[in-house]
Amino acid sequence: MSTATEHAIGAAIPRQRRGLSATLHDSWVVAKRNLRRMSRIPEIVVFGLMQPVMFVLLFSYVMGGAIQIPGTHASSNSYIQFLMAGIFAQTVTFATAGASAGIAEDMTKGLVDRFRSLPMARSAVLVGRTLADLCQTAFTVIVLALVALAVGWRIHDGVLRALGAFVLLLLLGYAFSWIGALIGLSVRSPEAATSAGLIWLFPLTFVSNAFVPVGSMPGWLQGIAYWNPFSATVQACRDLFGNQVGPVDSAWPMQHAALVSMLWSVLITAVFSWLSVRKYRSAVG
Amino acid sequence: MAPAIQAENLVKTFGDVRALDGVSLDVPEGTVLGLLGPNGAGKTTTVRVLTTLLRPDSGRAVVAGVDVLKHPNQVRSLIGLSGQYAAVDEYLTGFENLQMVGELYQMTARAAKARALELLEWFNLTEAKDRTAKTYSGGMRRRLDLAAALVVRPPVMFLDEPTTGLDPRNRLALWEVIETLVEQGTTLLLTTQYLEEADRLAHDIAVVDHGRVIARGTADQLKAQIGGERIEVVVHRADLVADAVATLSGYALGEPAVERNTRRITVPVSGGARVLADVIRDLDARSIEIDDIGLRRPTLDDVFLTLTGHVAEAADEENGTDATGRGRGGRGTGGTAGDESGPDQDKQAVAAGTEL
Repeated sequence: MSTATEHAIGAAIPRQRRGLSATLHDSWVVAKRNLRRMSRIPEIVVFGLMQPVMFVLLFSYVMGGAIQIPGTHASSNSYIQFLMAGIFAQTVTFATAGASAGIAEDMTKGLVDRFRSLPMARSAVLVGRTLADLCQTAFTVIVLALVALAVGWRIHDGVLRALGAFVLLLLLGYAFSWIGALIGLSVRSPEAATSAGLIWLFPLTFVSNAFVPVGSMPGWLQGIAYWNPFSATVQACRDLFGNQVGPVDSAWPMQHAALVSMLWSVLITAVFSWLSVRKYRSAVG
Repeated sequence: MAPAIQAENLVKTFGDVRALDGVSLDVPEGTVLGLLGPNGAGKTTTVRVLTTLLRPDSGRAVVAGVDVLKHPNQVRSLIGLSGQYAAVDEYLTGFENLQMVGELYQMTARAAKARALELLEWFNLTEAKDRTAKTYSGGMRRRLDLAAALVVRPPVMFLDEPTTGLDPRNRLALWEVIETLVEQGTTLLLTTQYLEEADRLAHDIAVVDHGRVIARGTADQLKAQIGGERIEVVVHRADLVADAVATLSGYALGEPAVERNTRRITVPVSGGARVLADVIRDLDARSIEIDDIGLRRPTLDDVFLTLTGHVAEAADEENGTDATGRGRGGRGTGGTAGDESGPDQDKQAVAAGTEL
């Protein structure tokens, strides 16, 4: 008995943190861990960058000349102006795959079991993961913006409004990384998580106003495209960057794009973080 | 005294599979319980329930005096878990891994650092502390994983197959660490497929099969349960076998078993070393020359096979166990290795190899 008591004393844990402060502390510890990982596997960050950079270059040089945006004239490198909001938004949503693959890997490697056996906040593993992904997304967006500026993209309405656009983009990216978290917790392998995290993003990002005007789509698809959370963010960014050419579509979500974008992001974050944390608590890995 | 780990009638089903079918066990404070059983018997599921990773469908569990189902987070601060696979982040250094775990146990950053360094020292990882765990060998990772389970000096530890896949040297090193922990008063629940490991580390053994505890006791009790001691004699020449059998019959509790081609005679006896001495004197008096003689008790391998062997589905596991036994037996009984006397011979090798 006495030995065990000594041990219990040895094990006395300074549990000064409770509730929200515990959640924040633990999330920060996990986020720090994930950021360290990223710094040790720079390939992930680099390849995460290459895809959108390639898109910018391909779309602006290869397709830019062929795609005519209504209300503009072809010579005015108008497509890159139209395009960038879409590329930015696509880039932040593709960060989903990072969250899903990372969490699936932690599950298969037994790290989630280790975390779940520790007296830490139940949401911290996922919050820490999504926060680290947010940092990576922010970095990617900055580099991408520099590349875009180099090929002729411009901000027309001032830095403040542009910053507002970046905030909306990061909010969307953060929301989507929670979808990725749920996918990562649900699939059995990191490989499956990578494809499962990406595949649904293609229809989502293409059935939108990101690459072509919605007006050019069949009528039934237009409704979907207008209410797509992705479209709202793209439209809001176009407005805030001053990249809108011609009149904004009259559909309600397009007219109130910034608000709709924000609401979607908050809604997705709320729903998917709740689902993910619930799944994490009962995870069988 | 209340047991440090107590499980009552745990039931857990996954679809059609009844992974736990009423597991009950208790581990008194400061002792080691070895959970022994084939793959899929429910060992890991039991550990997962007791470490708050899995909610059972029914049943009750108390660890370190705290109800596992009602206060899981309180339990988590009192236990250490080291799993089958080394659950360390391979892109963090050894130091960073332990520091992170310390901080997640809610230690201050300074305390977590100090504890990490202390553990790295203890586990002989100081030189490797600033290398990522990716560069570690299997044994080093396992040590780091065990160190991570020890960050808060938990009074109750769960080790799920801690030495599976390790080479003998690393296994021995890990056993020594575990023995030190137990000396210091840690209560330990250990699952293993290695009977040798259970024999060496566990005070008590629970044999698990099909989600139930089918036998419980000390290694000696389990061995006694399936049969008593016996004397084995190998005579020098084949023509001495008949004489030897006649002599041994005077001491035997049952029919002597004779293997002609190895000139080995086995008889069940009671009375231990005294009987053995009598037999030796008797054989000597009759000028029966012997190559080998010994008092054998059933090994844990025998126990395991007897208890789980009748189950057809466990056939694969039997083979696995046999193979392990044979590997170990090979060292001790080189003389029998070339013989082809069927499964019984295998069992002999197992018996000889794991005698302690």
